[in-house]
Amino acid sequence: MSHRVIKSGPSRSFPDAHPLIDGAAPEGEILVLAGVGAGEAYAALADKTGYRAILIELGTECLGVHTSESRGDEGSVVLGFARFRLGDAAPSDLVEIVRQPATPTDAVAAARELFEGYGLKTAVCGDFPGRIVDRLVRPYYNAALSRLDARLATAGDMDLTLKLGLGYPEGPIELLERTGLAAHHDVTQALYVALGDPAYAPARRAQVAKSRKFAGL
Amino acid sequence: MTSKITIGVAGSGTMGTGIAIVAARAGFPTIIYDVDQARAENATAQMKAFFAKSVQRGKLTQDQVDEIMSRVKATGDIKAMAPCGLVIEAIFEELEVKGRLFTALDAICGPDTLFASNTSTLSITEIAAKSGRDDRFVGMHFCLPAQLMKLVEMSPGLNTSADSFERAWNICEEMGQRPVKTQDAPGFILNYFLVPFNNDAIRLVEEGVAEPAEIDKAIKEALGYAMGPMELLDLIGLDTQVMLCEALHGVMHEPRASCPPLLRRMVAARRLGRKTKRGFLSYDTAAIFGA
Repeated sequence: MSHRVIKSGPSRSFPDAHPLIDGAAPEGEILVLAGVGAGEAYAALADKTGYRAILIELGTECLGVHTSESRGDEGSVVLGFARFRLGDAAPSDLVEIVRQPATPTDAVAAARELFEGYGLKTAVCGDFPGRIVDRLVRPYYNAALSRLDARLATAGDMDLTLKLGLGYPEGPIELLERTGLAAHHDVTQALYVALGDPAYAPARRAQVAKSRKFAGL
Repeated sequence: MTSKITIGVAGSGTMGTGIAIVAARAGFPTIIYDVDQARAENATAQMKAFFAKSVQRGKLTQDQVDEIMSRVKATGDIKAMAPCGLVIEAIFEELEVKGRLFTALDAICGPDTLFASNTSTLSITEIAAKSGRDDRFVGMHFCLPAQLMKLVEMSPGLNTSADSFERAWNICEEMGQRPVKTQDAPGFILNYFLVPFNNDAIRLVEEGVAEPAEIDKAIKEALGYAMGPMELLDLIGLDTQVMLCEALHGVMHEPRASCPPLLRRMVAARRLGRKTKRGFLSYDTAAIFGA
């Protein structure tokens, strides 16, 4: 299965060389629009026909921003995607593929086949803010930061307990320190705005980190 | 050295059975008590099945298993708990029921017997207050599956003596576990984070964000978790998750801890997880997890 890539600006999913990008052909059954300008590149496409799937790299926005929505019946061969990535850490191997209610099964299958053909793992979700992973982990990270402030336990004991008790490879505090509290702030703030759920409101420590970053400290 | 004490486990569900495996495997004479003798005996059958897998996998010999099981007794008579040096309660999460159990045990056990609750959501201080010996009462929260997980969250109540806490801590270490001291706060550390996290995952299914298997795949792949939230919920038992929600939400009033409607519907439909072979995922066996 051949694919074409149009890269529009820096990509959080593929920040560096990757076989999927390098393996692209001038023409292909699947069109991958990568980079922060992927949505604009899709809008500017002169001919959107003839593809099994068109894959738009998403940031925190919904796919519907680029495709439009109508009465809950929207869906076409245009899907969204994003490799899950925490802050400044390297992208994970997980690609979240975003579909709409009427997206054809074949388009989803084609997207899976492409990414998995390059050794990536896929999970399919609907077109919702935060997709799967951010939607689940951001309230958890906010709660961990709040409990640290409330002195439920030390940062080390909290991390150790969650690692031993749940088999997590990394505790929430050390993970946020490694990947950037300010970056967590940006993602969870976007979700807070989109969902209106206080669980996503950036925790105090994330706000402090964001303020310091903004001030260049 | 306290290794000669008898450990009593009150409650023969998934947690009680797992704790009994840990105690017996570590060399402690172990008594499993349940108000229903048949359930207590079923727990020993589950233990045997678990150890049979351990033999198959080369972790134990059959002689070792025979020796371990020779230390295990199942009973439906609470008076049989009299010789215990430590009783670990692992019954369902209702303060009044736990209180009645400990009141009965207090009348039966000797003055040196330590009481411990495996509660994951209730206050240790409040349970201890109903035990008749709040100075000899600790929280010992084992993690699921207890027979495989080393961590035990240990919490002193407000009136727990330092000596009692230290004795319980030492027994826990002799059981081969890794105790961590936590505050006597709702959900301690693990459930404070886990119950709302799992509810959030259920709400993703409820809202049509993703299928359960996709959620598990995403979380495991993105974060390196050994289990996804849906398969973990199925292991915990969806009825148990309802009780955890009710217990935690009742004291915290945290919206994320409230029980998602889908969870209640699944429990009503007897889709309880692994133990009924069907929860968010389907299973072809209800056997106890691990070896």
